Amino acid sequence: MIRTALLVCAKDLRIEARSRVLLWQVVPFGVMALLLSGLALGPAHAGSSSAGPGLFYLVSLFVALLMINRSQGIESTPGTKASVATLGLDPAGVFLGKSLALAVELWITGVVLLAGAVLVLHTALHGAVLALPSIGVTLAAIAAAGTLYGALTTGGEGAATLLPVLTLPAFAPLLIAGERSFSAALHGGTLWEWWVILVVALVAYLAVGILLYGVLEES
Amino acid sequence: MVLKNGFPLLSGVDLDIEGGSLSVVTGANGAGKTSLLRLLAGLVALTSGEASVAGVDLRAGDLRQLRRRVGWLGHEGSFYDDLSVRENLVFAARALERPVSDIENVVGRVGLEHRIDTTTKQLSAGQRRRLGLAWLLLRRPQLWLLDEPYASLDDAGRTFFDDLLADVVAGGATVVVSAHDPLRSAELAPRTILLAGGRVVGGAR
Repeated sequence: MIRTALLVCAKDLRIEARSRVLLWQVVPFGVMALLLSGLALGPAHAGSSSAGPGLFYLVSLFVALLMINRSQGIESTPGTKASVATLGLDPAGVFLGKSLALAVELWITGVVLLAGAVLVLHTALHGAVLALPSIGVTLAAIAAAGTLYGALTTGGEGAATLLPVLTLPAFAPLLIAGERSFSAALHGGTLWEWWVILVVALVAYLAVGILLYGVLEES
Repeated sequence: MVLKNGFPLLSGVDLDIEGGSLSVVTGANGAGKTSLLRLLAGLVALTSGEASVAGVDLRAGDLRQLRRRVGWLGHEGSFYDDLSVRENLVFAARALERPVSDIENVVGRVGLEHRIDTTTKQLSAGQRRRLGLAWLLLRRPQLWLLDEPYASLDDAGRTFFDDLLADVVAGGATVVVSAHDPLRSAELAPRTILLAGGRVVGGAR
């Protein structure tokens, strides 16, 4: 399973590096969305550090939805799907590999967005650095849940519409816990309770994905 | 019977394909050629009836196990477009736990050695078919299923495919090819299975 996961992750990241969709489309979109969100708040609030965590996760969610569709899209052409199906890859390994690749892409985007939040929204640099571990776990959990739901919706009619609708209940607790954890890092509140929620959610989505990804692929 | 969105793609098919042979499935567009090949590959479910391929029951058996024994070459793009010929084959070799050193041999055998570091999306249709063959040669499956492999091939490419498939059959593998041209089908193999409207109407045995 681990061998398959590393193989699939390396393949997905290589495709991403080659196609440069992340670099030229997703990251610029995320930065623009963050900038526009700051402008939408108005000059009185844009500089307020309290808005930073929420806007950071809102934009991260938009970016994640784009990346999930992209991650599933590279597998979903009929010919590729059939050829890869005959390789007999372990579905749990495929799930872990795709989740890890998506997490890496989200981490890269997250670092850029965090820098944007510090520069544009005046989020405190010290707090942003303190929040990095919880952001890492939150984005990893989003990647795991997104890979699972991406497999559920891929290939279906209206998949791009269905994905955000289906993922909303899965992402909502992650976004709330992530935002609270980020705010706590900025303002000195307690962090551990949000950490527990995030880690439990990550483990739960990984476990469900390992168990069910094969069934979703078959369906 | 095989259904798609409630519509029967294949129905009442009674067919026996001998191991170690080359068979051609032919018929007009929409006759069910691709569906039959996908059924044999374990890529679509058998809704009713009985069938077994390479010892695997298509209704009750483990279709994943069947898929590991078959090689599939579809008429659509079958690879990761943003990876090169070499990278696609390295991915397949590692997935199959085959030595990566075999890649140079199979690429040479299909005549793609000068394009080995070219991104797949930059290949011509004929070159993509050759990459498909390289993928299958790397796998060495028991059952080769090739869906319209002659589409977009020039005469040299067709001859190359014919010779290679003859070698594969001589090596003991079973090959089933779909082709919509009946004359081409007759040239290719003594056994031609004719489909129409999702049913076998000729060459069943």
